[in-house]
Amino acid sequence: MNRIIPATLAAALAPLSAAAQGIDETINSVVGSATGPFVNFIFAPFPGTSFPWIVMWLVVGATIFTFYFAFIQARGFGHAIGLVKGDYSDPDDEGEVSHFQALATALSGTVGLGNIAGVAVAVSIGGPGATFWMILAGLMGMASKFTECTLGVKYRNEYPDGTVSGGPMYYLTKGMAEQGRATLGRILAVLFSIFCILGAFGGGNMFQANQAHAQLVNITGGAESFLDGNGWLTGIIMAGVVFVVIVGGIKSIAQVTEKLVPLMAVIYVGAALIILIANYDQIGAAFGQIFQGAFTGMGVAGGMVGALIQGFKRAAFSNEAGVGSAAIAHSAVRTKEPVTEGYVSLLEPFIDTVVICTMTALVIIITGVLNQDPTTGLYVWDAELGRIATEGGITGVELTSAAFGSTIGWFPFILAIAVVMFAFSTMISWSYYGLKAWTFLFGEGKASELTFKVIFCIFVVIGAAMSLGPVIDFSDAAIFAMAVVNITGLYFLMPIVKRELEKYNAKLASGQIAKVK
Amino acid sequence: MPNELYVVAYDGEHRRAVDHAIESAKRSGAKLHIVHVIEWSPYRFLTPQELEERHKRRSEEVARAEAEVIQPILSEMTAAGLTATGEIRYGNVVELLASIAQKQHATGIVMGRSGGTSFGGRVFGSAAMGLAQVSPVPVTIVP
Repeated sequence: MNRIIPATLAAALAPLSAAAQGIDETINSVVGSATGPFVNFIFAPFPGTSFPWIVMWLVVGATIFTFYFAFIQARGFGHAIGLVKGDYSDPDDEGEVSHFQALATALSGTVGLGNIAGVAVAVSIGGPGATFWMILAGLMGMASKFTECTLGVKYRNEYPDGTVSGGPMYYLTKGMAEQGRATLGRILAVLFSIFCILGAFGGGNMFQANQAHAQLVNITGGAESFLDGNGWLTGIIMAGVVFVVIVGGIKSIAQVTEKLVPLMAVIYVGAALIILIANYDQIGAAFGQIFQGAFTGMGVAGGMVGALIQGFKRAAFSNEAGVGSAAIAHSAVRTKEPVTEGYVSLLEPFIDTVVICTMTALVIIITGVLNQDPTTGLYVWDAELGRIATEGGITGVELTSAAFGSTIGWFPFILAIAVVMFAFSTMISWSYYGLKAWTFLFGEGKASELTFKVIFCIFVVIGAAMSLGPVIDFSDAAIFAMAVVNITGLYFLMPIVKRELEKYNAKLASGQIAKVK
Repeated sequence: MPNELYVVAYDGEHRRAVDHAIESAKRSGAKLHIVHVIEWSPYRFLTPQELEERHKRRSEEVARAEAEVIQPILSEMTAAGLTATGEIRYGNVVELLASIAQKQHATGIVMGRSGGTSFGGRVFGSAAMGLAQVSPVPVTIVP
């Protein structure tokens, strides 16, 4: 702390800090108890087991799409790269939204604290084995993403003024009406919109604000930081910046963030690579732990099932495959063939989960920040905290920060900047997703939109003030509730995607669609 | 030389290259093809809001360029008795001018320079220097 602010300022803030501890605790207890029943329902286990039904839902969904589209994630990977490179782009569409741009914008909504803090949560609760299930979930999630993003483009609304709007709200309504299931489609679209709004407040907002605050506390002195227990203060500042962007229309801030986020992602992945290269002799052993832990647990409570639950939960939270959110961003692309965006979108879970999340997990495992028993090699379980013991009992972004900091001492400061940028760009993206769902329910109009935006900003403060546990539970519950509705709709609509895919592949085979460069 | 065609870069503000091309065309009887390039990269990052509005914005940009840049200059050239065409393109100015000149079998390209220093041009690159490197036809750079 003393490195960051003068001692006098810290002393001046002390009385404020004491009162503020109360504010944070009050917010935590009020919001935690209000969201409890919803969270309990979403994470209810199958009777007689500890296995949450929602995790089974995600596993089954991703498996069905993978088999239904005959491993499109492997077959279509090369073609997806070609589309992103612009090999098939119509030269007359210069200046329109390219496949790369739709993918990059969608990624700015998914790559965030889920990749940095979420992975730390997964590995500390589920052990290194959670990484195996996370990678598997990422690979299978590519098929879910392919399905929803193809539908997003096919059923988007194109307005007379040239603007476009797409997403599950539209494909559930229009696609299912085409199949004679208009009422069911409408019900699913309304439910999706409600959960999307909650998801925007939770994973797209509270979790981001919470973990950005945690990292700011971490680099300004930890428990002695003037920010510790004053999450509401960080929240108000972040909410203020979000407010001027989404309400005040100060686009320059959002534009700067959108441009800095890719740079931050490169720096983050670069730092992870440096650590992995410096410890290249341990990579084999780390993968050994990941595979062994996936099926045995390596001393982690819950064993294989615990690792699987954490892996799938955190992968879905991070890459949002099957959740439906990214279809909103992907649907703006300029293309005559909806399935092209499906192909491109399958790269998203790959980049987000298979590449970035795996790197975070490897760094955490290799740097030894999780306590291991030197004699047995098993991880030391902290029964009180319900996760693997760590120095200082840290988890989330603090654990990732400690892992990076153990090799690159100054990296936690860079990570703090990256975390705030990631958090901010994810908030901007999710404020847009939430707004689309809100206007689908309540109609467009200044008053309606302003209401949503103000509520969104209030949730920034709430998220930063609360403790990680209830925030991550509510965020997961809201995002998984979106997946329940969206995947239900995708089961009905996947034959339409298959027809689109077959038509497109026939055009490719006949040369009707060919590379332009 | 009635078969000569010159591709002329015009940003809508600096007329030196256009005026030079008009004078040359009057003397030689060459045709002119005016190209207005709106700088654009398909790899530029956009916010979700910008994605939603991109098609609308593009339509507005093209309409504005057509009305304020291309049509006035073509009218002026027609009035001067010249044969002239025009187009608006999105992308990298150097790559596009070189590609258009090749496709149109142009005799040459005429473009102005921004007036930057030689040092600045070397460090940051300039359209004129870049075109001189890659152009498939002779380039006239008008100071």
